[in-house]
Amino acid sequence: MTSPRPAYNLANAVRSGARSALDVAEEHLSAIEAGDGGIHAFNLVTADLARQQAMAVDRTVADGGNPGLLAGVPVALKDNLCTRGVPTTCSSRMLAGWCPPYDATVVTRLREAGAVVLGKTNMDEFAMGSSTETSATGPTRNPHDTSRVPGGSSGGSAAAVAAGFAPLALGSDTGGSIRQPAALCGVVGMKPTYGTVSRYGLVAFASSLDQIGPFARTVGDAALLFDVIGGHDPCDSTSLNRPTPRVLSVLDDGVAGLTIGVVTEFLDGAAPDVVARVRAAADALAAAGARVEEVSVPEVRFGLSAYYLIAPGEASSNLARYDGVRYGLRVDAEDTAAMNAATRSTGFGAEVKRRIMLGTYVLSAGYMDAYYNQALRVRTRIIEGFATAYDRYDVLLGPTAPTTAFALGEKTGDPLAMYLSDVCTIPSNLAGHPAISVPFGAGDDGLPVGVQLLGPALSEGTIMKTAAVVEDAAPGLPVSALGVAV
Amino acid sequence: MTTPKRLTRAEVAHVAGLARLELTEDELDLFTEQLATVLDHAADVASLDLEGVPLTAHAMSVTNVLRPDEPRPVLDRDEVLSQAPAVEDHRFRVPSILGEAP
Repeated sequence: MTSPRPAYNLANAVRSGARSALDVAEEHLSAIEAGDGGIHAFNLVTADLARQQAMAVDRTVADGGNPGLLAGVPVALKDNLCTRGVPTTCSSRMLAGWCPPYDATVVTRLREAGAVVLGKTNMDEFAMGSSTETSATGPTRNPHDTSRVPGGSSGGSAAAVAAGFAPLALGSDTGGSIRQPAALCGVVGMKPTYGTVSRYGLVAFASSLDQIGPFARTVGDAALLFDVIGGHDPCDSTSLNRPTPRVLSVLDDGVAGLTIGVVTEFLDGAAPDVVARVRAAADALAAAGARVEEVSVPEVRFGLSAYYLIAPGEASSNLARYDGVRYGLRVDAEDTAAMNAATRSTGFGAEVKRRIMLGTYVLSAGYMDAYYNQALRVRTRIIEGFATAYDRYDVLLGPTAPTTAFALGEKTGDPLAMYLSDVCTIPSNLAGHPAISVPFGAGDDGLPVGVQLLGPALSEGTIMKTAAVVEDAAPGLPVSALGVAV
Repeated sequence: MTTPKRLTRAEVAHVAGLARLELTEDELDLFTEQLATVLDHAADVASLDLEGVPLTAHAMSVTNVLRPDEPRPVLDRDEVLSQAPAVEDHRFRVPSILGEAP
């Protein structure tokens, strides 16, 4: 078995001269033009820049050179990844029109690999949300059912891949913001081990949890994109100084001999149709030669509470930089303190304000030990719980999200209900571990279900070769009505 | 570890001030209720007995990342300043601080 790799094949075709990168770019720009009005996956389409990049790739091919692993492959970027001279807004009024003076390291690596950037995708404001509804530019709609959310916070990137606007996209995942929208949109999304992908140029939300990762239609293409963006970067002091990942080369190794644990606690809160899909994926892995058992990891039950103390704490500190002085919005007032407050009150939306206040509160004198420090102790316990499980299991399995895509507006008035959609994804962020969501058929409503594979630090190769087996066994993926051939 | 008392409207107003956020009376009512609900949910961790458990602020420990003290290219000053709301003589311009005349 070789896992399907449409983007990889596209790059091969461009490198060999069989396809022109410019034609490929035009096809995708046309698909966006025709379809994104009803989806709003993109905050900004950089059509002219995409054509210039594509023509440069074509020239390199014509000159006999090698344009790189992603030659001519269109990629969409979440709008919190800095692009020099190109607006990077985090879907916030605070950064409307802001043009960063530098490129994120992942953007540089994409360009060096010959990728063609199509534009910047919509997201929850400053990546705070699970539905892309907190965006100041309006919500993104799920390409499978436009009355539903795409998930979030990287909902625009997930929808762009699901709708066929781009074969590849990048997102960021602080508590599930790649995996949950991937599951809801029926695409592959992976959160790498903390430190394997440089955060230089990723606008910070919660620095100890944030990680950039790939979206793709297939596991193989996600592996290809991870191999391109991963590796040490001296510009990020938390970047792990390790060899560049090579996941693609182990992707077809199969699961024979692996022991896989289905996590009881993740099943407990999930809808019955989602649980049924997870059990079917477990059966498929057993049929492919893995030993599959159910395992309890009781510590993960406290992940959600710990996360919603830790992440807002970090966010309240990170977002202090939006003061109307050096970049972004300024609302003038009589003195600087009043200007700071007027700017922040106007520039931030309600969810961002909630998290800043929650974070400020849990870090304040008198509450820090009861809340923030206690959450950091829970974080230690979660890491220990995973370590115990990984003594016996190579990979853990569960749902990515407790339900399929919910309706637009369904949870916007109830922040806690919204937060609960991240209950299965958050523990991996707290532990710094990698995890991937793979589509595995549909729920009772016909909408995509994602199953999640988790592993210990630096186990991307193991979880992705397992994901390739799941993908191979997956029943007909619900294909978006808008989907174009990739 | 005891669970702290429920969040009050006055505390939310205080915290908003610390975070340089101005809230309307309606926002204050709404956020007080919403944040209290989130903190109620967090009572499950606040009430755990974790005496002696070390704190994990960072899952992957990387410390003291140093580089040689050598000149390197830096961001272009004009490009950086071009994104600022107000600039004067190559510096960020702000309104008066500490009650000084502008």
